[in-house]
Amino acid sequence: MPNKEVLLQVKNLKKYFKVGRKEILKAVDDVSFDIYRGETLGLVGESGCGKTTCGKTVLGLYDATGGEVLFDGTNIHQLNTREKKEFTKRAQIIFQDPYSSLNQRMTVGDIIGEGIDIHRLYRGQERQDKIYELLDTVGLNPGHIFRFPHEFSGGQRQRIGIARALAVEPDFIVCDEPISALDVSVQAQIVNLLTELQETKGLAYLFIAHDLSMIKYISDRVGVMYLGTLVEFTRSDQLYKKPLHPYTKALLSAIPIPDPIVERRKETIPIEGEIASPINPEPGCRFASRCELAQEICRNKPPLREVADQHLVACHMVR
Amino acid sequence: MSAQRIIDIKNLTVSFNTYTGTLQAVRGIDLHLKQGEVLAIVGESGCGKTVTAKAVMRLLPTPQAVIGNDSEITFAGKNLLSFTESEMAKIRGKEISMIFQDPMTSLNPTMKIGEQIAESLIIHQNQSRQQANSQALAMLELVKIPNARRRLKQYPFEFSGGMRQRVMIAIALACNPKVLIADEPTTALDVTIQVQIMNLIKDLQQKLNQGIILITHDLGVVASVADRVVVMYAGKIVEEGTVDEIFYQPKHPYTFALLKSIPKLNTNNQEKLYSLAGTPPELINPPLGCPFAARCEFGMKVCRVKYPVIVNFTDSHQGYCWLYHEKADRTGLPVQFLQGVESSAQ
Ligand SMILES: Nc1ncnc2c1ncn2[C@@H]1O[C@H](COP(=O)(O)OP(=O)(O)O)[C@@H](O)[C@H]1O
Ligand SMILES: Nc1ncnc2c1ncn2[C@@H]1O[C@H](COP(=O)(O)OP(=O)(O)O)[C@@H](O)[C@H]1O
Ligand code: SF4
Ligand SMILES: [Mg+2]
Ligand SMILES: [Mg+2]
Repeated sequence: MPNKEVLLQVKNLKKYFKVGRKEILKAVDDVSFDIYRGETLGLVGESGCGKTTCGKTVLGLYDATGGEVLFDGTNIHQLNTREKKEFTKRAQIIFQDPYSSLNQRMTVGDIIGEGIDIHRLYRGQERQDKIYELLDTVGLNPGHIFRFPHEFSGGQRQRIGIARALAVEPDFIVCDEPISALDVSVQAQIVNLLTELQETKGLAYLFIAHDLSMIKYISDRVGVMYLGTLVEFTRSDQLYKKPLHPYTKALLSAIPIPDPIVERRKETIPIEGEIASPINPEPGCRFASRCELAQEICRNKPPLREVADQHLVACHMVR
Repeated sequence: MSAQRIIDIKNLTVSFNTYTGTLQAVRGIDLHLKQGEVLAIVGESGCGKTVTAKAVMRLLPTPQAVIGNDSEITFAGKNLLSFTESEMAKIRGKEISMIFQDPMTSLNPTMKIGEQIAESLIIHQNQSRQQANSQALAMLELVKIPNARRRLKQYPFEFSGGMRQRVMIAIALACNPKVLIADEPTTALDVTIQVQIMNLIKDLQQKLNQGIILITHDLGVVASVADRVVVMYAGKIVEEGTVDEIFYQPKHPYTFALLKSIPKLNTNNQEKLYSLAGTPPELINPPLGCPFAARCEFGMKVCRVKYPVIVNFTDSHQGYCWLYHEKADRTGLPVQFLQGVESSAQ
């Protein structure tokens, strides 16, 4: 990390959904972290643990139930219309599913140009040139400008999504599982594109994924989520070298490594059962029902605390 | 392993008649499965994995799908391609079972889970309703579904994705088939559940000594469960070998590229990922030569015009690539490519 200047601060963020008369689904429950300028923060966890909700709430696409999100010091949930517009110019999102996140009736040129128009960045020839430049940046041809999304492969559609996000020249992009639906060889193309863009444009990413080897590779720091809470947060190399939370340990041991000898020698830490429901969850550690180490004390909520330099864990049993 | 071949596929071709022409989904592949082994089929989407599996099950849509006249799929000494539909119905689910990526599409949403398992036993094993019900319970317990007795009376929507996949496995294994074909069985599932399911499949396979064809794009899963690997590309097999041969001595540039493009846990963040440019060729009028030629960094003139001949590296390891022709110029190939890739195991 070259300059550790905080770009985004998430403080005790909560996002609850009302799902029944008395039922509250705590999708994100008291999550705090920050993101530096130009860094990639990875967010991992199993489906339903609240990654997407967290990303969307961070961008103000959802109101927060509690807590705050400060972008360059400003609370993004309290912006007026003009400020909101300015914020959407600086913070963008790329979705997992390039098939459904692009308007099928718009040409690629118009999809990319939409943000430029909304923010009145360029007009006429300049606008056109900018679109060509963006197509080139993401590895598409100028000839693609008049084509429609359905004419493209999954990887190319993801490139269109990236070009659309880049069009407004943001500082920050939430990448919500941008490669999960792609083939291995295409994943590498997209990841390389994202890292190149980061280097040239100084972008910060909140990179959401469930593929741990990719998260490790792409992230500077990683947060591990479990059922709406952040259970561990540290530098990515540290997380993989010395995971502390029992859930992180089990998760890491579970990823099959593409190396047969490693696999034959590996001891997997089994996690029994399945993730519990986030609706009206029990107080206390959310992992307790599946945790081998759980004790009486785990009925109380474990705070996220720094146990080693820049290594935060929410577990009573970690010394 | 010199076990018997329970499935032996010879020169399988499958094409589809489409608006724009004949799409050659599978273009003359030879493949076999031995008793008690796990054979993985890998390759990027659209390369023909599912079509191959469905050809074995005879589940391809007719009349759109056309199987070649001289194709053979031999199971226990008989060519399945000459079976009538009613003969085939006795094989499916009993001798050869298949589980699909999305269990929801293959479970009947209006039927209780217990009844769905029992039905298969009644049809294939002539069991009485009572016998079938109690075996259904035993099957759910075998695939480790908690509260199995209560679960029998529930409908598919009341099950999570992982639980549904277990049910599918229970149904697939209910009649103790000789072959299980699993098409991306864990792709839609999370990693902790994925491990539970893969361990389950492996345990059951060792207990029942089945042959398994596992279709997946997850090379980690391949490394952890497969005995042998077949790599497909654009409707062709480009390389096959034991799991160690494929991972540590990959010979085909596509296999090599595939393995290099995934980050390992020890890959340095500063290193660029190896990335393969471009996409596989169209299968309507596919290229005459090597299907990988347009993307291959080692390609030569001959690659584009002539299909490579088979090269036998060992008894178990074959590939189709011109680089191994005696006249090919191999200077400039990366060392790991020539000498093999090391395991990162300490
Ligand atoms: N709009 C919504 N209304 C109600 N529940 C929701 C909504 N969006 C997400 N959820 C629930 O919130 C939890 C977290 O979902 P999500 O953020 O999508 O998880 P992830 O991205 O980690 O898979 C899940 O239980 C999900 O069902
Ligand atoms: N019913 C069908 N009609 C036309 N083309 C099909 C049909 N089913 C599969 N294909 C084509 O056959 C090729 C192989 O498909 P498939 O075996 O499903 O690939 P995968 O390796 O991803 O499983 C693809 O090009 C696919 O589009
Ligand atoms: S035959 Fe030629 S193009 Fe095909 S993989 Fe080998 S070297 Fe590359
Ligand atoms: Mg999500
Ligand atoms: Mg398939």
